[in-house]
Formats: sequence, C-alpha cells, structure tokens
Amino acid sequence: MTVTPDPALVADARRERRFFLSLSLPALFIVGLAAILPILWIIRQSFLTTGGEYTVGNYAKVLSSGLTWSALVTTLELSLGTLAICILLGTPLALALASARPRVANVLMAFVMLPLWTAILVRTYGWLVLLRRDGLINAALTGSGLTAEPLPLVYNFTGTLIGMVHYMLPLFLLPVYAAMRDIDPNLIRAAASMGATLGQVIRTVIMPLSAGGIFSGSIIVLIYSIGFFITPAVLGGGKVNPLSTRIERTLSTFQDWGSASVLGILLLVLMALIGVMLLAARRLLAQNTVEASAHA
Amino acid sequence: MKSLPITIDSVSRAYGSYVALDDVSLDIQAGEFLTLLGPSGSGKTTLLMALAGFVRPDSGKLLLGDRDITRLAPNKRDIGIVFQNYALFPYMNVLANVAYPLALRKTPRAEARQRALAALARVKLDGLAERNVAALSGGQRQRVALARAIVFEPRVMLMDEPLSALDKNLRETMQYEIRRLHDDLAITTIYVTHDQREALIMSDRIAVMNSGRIQQIDTPQRIYDRPSTRFVAEFMGEANIVAPGSVRRIDGAEASRETLMIRAESFHLDAKLVGEDGVALEGILRAKAFRGENWLLTLALDGGQEVLVCIPAALASGCAKLAAGQRMTAYAPAAKVHAIPGAMA
Amino acid sequence: MLEAYPQNRLARIVLWSFAALVMAFLMLPTLVVVPLSFSASNLLEFPPHAYSLRWYENFFGSATWMAALRTSLTLGTLTALIAVPFALLSCISMNRLGGKTAATIQSVLLTPSITPGILLAIGLFFVLAAQRLVGTLFGVLVGHVVLAVPVACIVLLPALARFDWNQVQAARSLGANWARAIGGIIVPQLQISLLSATLMAFLTSLDESVISIFLASGRNSTMPKLMFLSLRDQIDPTIAAISTLWTVIVVVVVLIVALRQKS
Repeated sequence: MTVTPDPALVADARRERRFFLSLSLPALFIVGLAAILPILWIIRQSFLTTGGEYTVGNYAKVLSSGLTWSALVTTLELSLGTLAICILLGTPLALALASARPRVANVLMAFVMLPLWTAILVRTYGWLVLLRRDGLINAALTGSGLTAEPLPLVYNFTGTLIGMVHYMLPLFLLPVYAAMRDIDPNLIRAAASMGATLGQVIRTVIMPLSAGGIFSGSIIVLIYSIGFFITPAVLGGGKVNPLSTRIERTLSTFQDWGSASVLGILLLVLMALIGVMLLAARRLLAQNTVEASAHA
Repeated sequence: MKSLPITIDSVSRAYGSYVALDDVSLDIQAGEFLTLLGPSGSGKTTLLMALAGFVRPDSGKLLLGDRDITRLAPNKRDIGIVFQNYALFPYMNVLANVAYPLALRKTPRAEARQRALAALARVKLDGLAERNVAALSGGQRQRVALARAIVFEPRVMLMDEPLSALDKNLRETMQYEIRRLHDDLAITTIYVTHDQREALIMSDRIAVMNSGRIQQIDTPQRIYDRPSTRFVAEFMGEANIVAPGSVRRIDGAEASRETLMIRAESFHLDAKLVGEDGVALEGILRAKAFRGENWLLTLALDGGQEVLVCIPAALASGCAKLAAGQRMTAYAPAAKVHAIPGAMA
Repeated sequence: MLEAYPQNRLARIVLWSFAALVMAFLMLPTLVVVPLSFSASNLLEFPPHAYSLRWYENFFGSATWMAALRTSLTLGTLTALIAVPFALLSCISMNRLGGKTAATIQSVLLTPSITPGILLAIGLFFVLAAQRLVGTLFGVLVGHVVLAVPVACIVLLPALARFDWNQVQAARSLGANWARAIGGIIVPQLQISLLSATLMAFLTSLDESVISIFLASGRNSTMPKLMFLSLRDQIDPTIAAISTLWTVIVVVVVLIVALRQKS
C-alpha cells in the first residue's frame, strides 16, 4: 500500500519533533560553549605565535622535543599499567561480590563505592599520608623491621600508579560487577550438573559472559587515565610527567600557549587512536562470540 | 451538553513498513456507542489515539461535528479519555484528579469542587473524594478515571480497553455501568476492546478491525450472524467455514454453491428441530468433550474437513453414548446458514 | 552465584581474602585521614599521641579557607540550579524522540565528561583570555555545568523511562498545555529523582578540580584549588580536617540519595 502523506500533517509531525528537539537546546548550547568551543580554540591556538601570527612552528618545536616523546611514553605506561592492575584486582573482587548474597553484596558495594564519592584531593591527600617517607606504611615497615630503610613509595611512578589505580578501580568494577550479577545462576548450575569444576565454570561460563563488562570497564579506565592530571601532579612530585602535567607546565611555567595547545592536540589524537582501536577490538570481540556460538 | 458525531475520513498511518491504519473511514453518529474490536496489532488503539491527538495520521481527516480536528492539539479537543491503565495522577487525591480538567479551565474552586463531587456521585464513588489514589481498588480507580473523563462535559468519550485489568465479575458489572453512564449522558463513545463478548454486550455498533482495516461495521447481531468476511466470522466465535460440496439440503433441493458459515451452536442432532429447508452435514465423530453447559463434538466431514458442533447440555441426552469413529449427521436451520461471498474454505 | 560449589572452601577463602585486601586498599586513604584530623601534633603521627580540634579551628578560623568554602558552595549551588533543569529538558527530549536522535544527543552530552579535564581547562582558559574573563567564576561555572548535566541525566533518564507517559497524555487530553504537563505532572512525580540529580550535580561541582585549578584564582579560588596548592607545598593536618568534613558531608548526601531512592 502506498499512501501519499498529507503535507500539512507531515509539517505538524516535523514541528512536534522540532519542539522536542528544542528541549535539548539549552544543554547542547552549554556543551558547545564549554567543550566544543574550547577544543576548537586549542586547535586555533596551536597555529598561533605568542604575537598572534599564524605559524606551524609550535608543532615543529613540540614534536622535535625529547620531553614530548617521554611524556607520551609516560602517559601510555601509566594508562596501561593502571588498566592491567585494575583488571588483576578488579575482576576477582567483582567475582567475590557477585557471588555474595544480594544484601551482603549491596553493603560491600557501598563500601567499594566510598572512594568514588570521596573528593579526589581528599584521596590524594590520604595517599600522601600513607606513602611518604615518614608516612604510615613506611613507619609500619621499618617499625616492624621488615625493611631497614624507608621505601620510596611516593613522588615517583609507583606512587602515581597507586593513586591512579585507586581512582580507576571503582569505575572498572561497576560494569564488571553488573555483568557478573546478570549471569543466570542456572547456567552455572547447568555447567556443574554436566561435571564442570569450579575452575572450568569460571573459565568457560563466567569469564565469557563477563567479557563485555570487563571490556566496558577497560574502556572507562583508559579514557580517564590518558588525560588524568591531579594524581600525577601531586603524587608524581614533578618527576612523573605524562602529557597532562607537561601541558600544565608549558602553560603555567613557560607561558607558551602555542606549545601547550599542540600537546593538547596530541592528547586528543591519542584518545582518538585508542578510541578507534577499541572500536575495532569490540567488533572483533563480537565476531568471535558469533563464531563461537555458530560452532557450538 | 450536546454530543457530536465523528467522521473518520480515509485515515492512514504507517510506522516504517508497518501499516497501522490503512485508509480507514468511519462515521459515528452523535450519541452512539461504537466499539472498535480486533486482535492486538489490528490498529484499533492507533485509531483511538489518532482521535485523541496522540498519534498523527499520515493522511486523512478527522471531524468532530463539522470541525476538522486532524491537526488540533490534544489539549484543545475536549475529548474525554479513559486509558487502559487509568493514568490517574498518583500524587493527587481522588477529588484533585477529577477536578484537574476543571482547574485547567479556570473553573471557580467552589464550582469545580461541586462538579467533581457530582461526577464522583455519578460513578458511585461518593465519600471517597479525599482518598489517596494509591489506596483505591482497581474497580474504584476505573471509576475515578471515568469521573475525570466526564467531569468537563466533553462531546466525545474514548475508552482504550478500560476493563482489561479487572477480574471477570467486576468487568461484567462495569460493562453494565459504563453502558448506563453512556445512556444517561447520551455522549458519543468509542470503545476499544479485543473481547468480542464485551463488544456484543455493550455496543450499538461494532467495527471489527484487522491489519489496519475495518473489516465490517454493523450491529452486534448482524456482525455475529452475518459476518461479511471469514476473519469476522472466526473472530466472533466458534465458526465453521464449510465448502459448498460438503452440505446437502434436508428437503433434497439443490444446495448453495457458496462458501457457508455455520456457528458451532447452530447445530442440532435431531433433524426435526431444524425444518425442511435446513442443511445436513455427514461425517465421522472424531472427538467429544463435555464443557458443562454444552457438549463439543468434532466431526470429520467426508471431504476431510473438520467441523465443530456444539450441543446444549439440555438437548444432548444422546451425546454421552456417542463413540469416536461413529458415523453421524448434524443439522442446521436455514436461518443460521450464512453465505460468505468470496471466502474460500 | 557459586553455591553450586559448596565443597570448594579453599577457593572461596582465597577469593574472599583477596577481595578483602582490595577493599581495604580502596577504603584506606579515605579512612586514614579521620584520626589524623583530630591529632594535636604538627606531625603526621599515627595513631596520634594526643587529640585536639585545633585543625578544625584552624580551618574555620582561616579567612582564605572560608572564602574558598563560600566560593565552592556558591559554585555548586549555581551549577545544580542550572544543570538540573537543563538535564530534565534534555531527558524529556531524548525520551520522546528516541532512536538515533536520542542516542546522538546523549553522546554529545556525554562527550565533555570523557574529554580530559586538562583540555577543557586550557581551552576554556584561552576562550576566557580572549574575552578578558580570566579569574571570574563564569568559566568555572560553565565548565561545571557541562560536567554536571550528564550526571543529572544519568539519574533522570531512567526515572523518566519508568514514568507512565499516559499521565501526560491524560493531562493533555484534559486540557493541559505542554508547560503545565511538564511542570504539573512530570516534575512533582520526579521529585525524588530531581533531588538526587540536584545533589549529584552539586557534588560534581564541589569535587571538580582541574578546571578550578586553571580558571579560579585569587579570592575566587575553590576548595579543590586551595587543597591542590597546599598539597604541593606542604602537608598540613588542616587538610585532614577538611578531608574528614568533606567525606562526612559526601557520605551523608549519598546516604540521603540512596535512602530516598529506595523509599
């Protein structure tokens, strides 16, 4: 059947859509003002000299500097290190929480989420107190005689990594826990009835079904880690300089707006690259699942 | 309050490739109780929501009296609607719910209160005005929804399966009360249901819908006895669609050459009860089942087609003795044999 | 979930010990500051030898900290007051439009929150510098609003999805225009979610550090900015007192949200 739509009614339908669309305008306007415009401005600034003239010199200067490349390496080391530790610590914790009775799990989740709700600077301060040379952990270590000398736990890569893992772990945990909670317990009972051991159940039932959650969690960790600023700035003590702190220093200390912008664009490009890689990985993951189920 | 006729003129609505309304035209007279009856997905609710203004047709016109309401905003239509889930405002008490449309129309408080109370009295909810909506039973909520829909004296009332959430006994009471309310107010009412018994009991006319089209529109009796399509025949009850060759006239005259519809309960086992111009169907008894008020026999005709025969328990003294595999004949009076033009069995 | 394996006690013990350690790791830094804040000493001793409220007095007696507190509270309030109505309107819009359009709006609204704060901060800094607005709170405020809108949406979107849209249709058929349907039917029933969204938006602003550090200066400094500066310079137990107060406030707010959401 073909109906010729009444143009007046089509116009009404469009008007109604526009009305609902217009409800989003205030929020979209703010995004434009506070996110899109600033990013465009960074791009513009990256092509300007301090005098305001057009140049590509900023790019030449930044890309030829060894500091830039070491910042890039540090950024990747920190992000991937954080991700690896989050997967190692977070997955078993999620499994334990998901296997607990719902009441217990809810209470424990509230505790796990406590850091998520604690202000980032409060947590960073807490880590300083714990990790410093005269901090609690070193006091405990030397006091008990485990180590003779206090260990260098902070104002270095280790301290930064600890702080970042602490920030990212709850974010990683949420999707993994949700995925594991959603597993139908009958699947595990079925596997057990067919003779699977606990290890086999974890490997062949729980892990495949949580893969999506682990993947989402990993994306979140990477996205937040790459541009993370506060933790490296405080717990790195000036010795750990990923792109974010390099940007800050270029801007505040050297007043070099152009180079800071180029570094900012580098950060954007890095995020875009990782985004593309993650999309490709997800497609691959989905394909494998389809193939696996086709073979089964 | 003067109620108005409704004209639905070639209304169509598609969602992508799915056609919800396919060139539907329908005239509803002022004060009439018309039921849109059909299975889910037949387009009956879409048509109702188009009248209410919540679904925009792709083409066609909707008239209320002489006024074109096709493009009118829902809040300007003055149509009372009873929703399937009642859609009462849970944070308002009963009185506030019923007085809500009056408040929107800036009716003075005292008058609004008095009219709301009158509407509540009309639906037999006196004394519950201050009650919280959450504290009401399903039937009471139904009544509040009715009161809210009539309190502002709309010219037309639309009801979308209003009784589907109620249990059977309550449903029957409410069917009667909604019809009485309609008669008292003489308000044009369009009622949507998928329950054919409900449609038969309540309506002045029934429009049977399927796949976005109106299959037949007629009085309940004619819809039941004289369905115009095979779909209507089967949707309205246990209908047998019989090929022309399987039927013979009792008096030996030449049988009809058309496809016939005979309802299961039209049959008798005794030829004397049917009359000379009736028809006879012969076959083998396949199965029988006692259903309380009647017996249901499944008869396999010689052509292989199966026919359902329903015999009232009072006339079925012989049924208990019948055995499967036995050859037997069922008779139907001529008045209950209805030709369906164009429908192949 | 693993009750099909009651015999694997050892595995269970290992799993739960590991989980307990990780949970301790997560909670330790938040909890450790509490006793320190009541210490009488300048040093970070643990457990403190003597207790006092001197760091709290220090905080409440300091004009600089009090100004920062006022700035942060004002900023948080303004952020919530702007972000929540904006978020509500967008959520209604997404709820009604559905499909690809809604998904697009949602991802646009989410983009700022996955963009590194440092980029938003320097970008806003450049924009404000061009308008000679550096040092005013305007830039920080728009930055906070753009981060708070998606947070509010996370609360409001599912609440709207649960909302019975028939009620809006009923109100419309009874004669209400859109403004009355939104204000009179939707808002009163989303009260609890709107309160949660407001508190979350407030917390988002309160906790936001990077934009504040770059854009708020002088007497417009926020709490996170001052804390950041003092952490870089020297560690003073005043920060422990502030941290304790802050955590208590956050826990109370989160508890209110959680309990309200349940009831």
